[in-house]
Amino acid sequence: MILTYAIYFAFACFGAGMLMNMWVVITAEGIGDRILALDTMVINTIALIVLYGVNIGSEIFFEAAMIIAMLGFVSTVAYARYLLRGNIIE
Amino acid sequence: MEQYFDILIAFFLVVAGLFGFVGSFGLIKLNDQMSRLHAPTKATTLGVGGVLIASILHSAVSEHHLSLHELLITLFLFLTAPITANFIAKVHVHRHQTPETLPPAGEDSTWATFMTEDKDDES
Repeated sequence: MILTYAIYFAFACFGAGMLMNMWVVITAEGIGDRILALDTMVINTIALIVLYGVNIGSEIFFEAAMIIAMLGFVSTVAYARYLLRGNIIE
Repeated sequence: MEQYFDILIAFFLVVAGLFGFVGSFGLIKLNDQMSRLHAPTKATTLGVGGVLIASILHSAVSEHHLSLHELLITLFLFLTAPITANFIAKVHVHRHQTPETLPPAGEDSTWATFMTEDKDDES
């Protein structure tokens, strides 16, 4: 019982965080903020996927969370590197 | 006994949710870009860590087998969050600062993002 409410609370927190990240992506002042908001969005997505796995009592979503973690890291580094060097693979 | 584990898992989930919320809220709330780097890279990473600990405990208690592969995601995030933070800070320095507005770079000649190609070749 208490576990159900805790899972819903965590869902609400990470969902609200995701909405705030979308707001920052839309209204960011500079490109650095936008990269940061997209990176935070990836991390919040991992948390939401793992929470959904806990909620339905399944471990099948672990691989999806792992792949999203790796892709998020690679895409953030690629975007930042493109801004720094004007090129991704030199 | 199972009830105490439920309370423990609920505690980790609530702490994780609060840290995740604080991390995303700090991204809006803090004033300049270097401060805004702190909130998502530290607080949100801890939030995801809490969710993953809760997931490990939940699978150990309710399904009676210990699955530690959530630790892989935790390890990966804890390794990569400082690297992404470093890259975003470098983007900020590269786009909004000049060598004159920054403090001196110590024993090196200038900050790494302002090095030109021929200086790279010398070193």
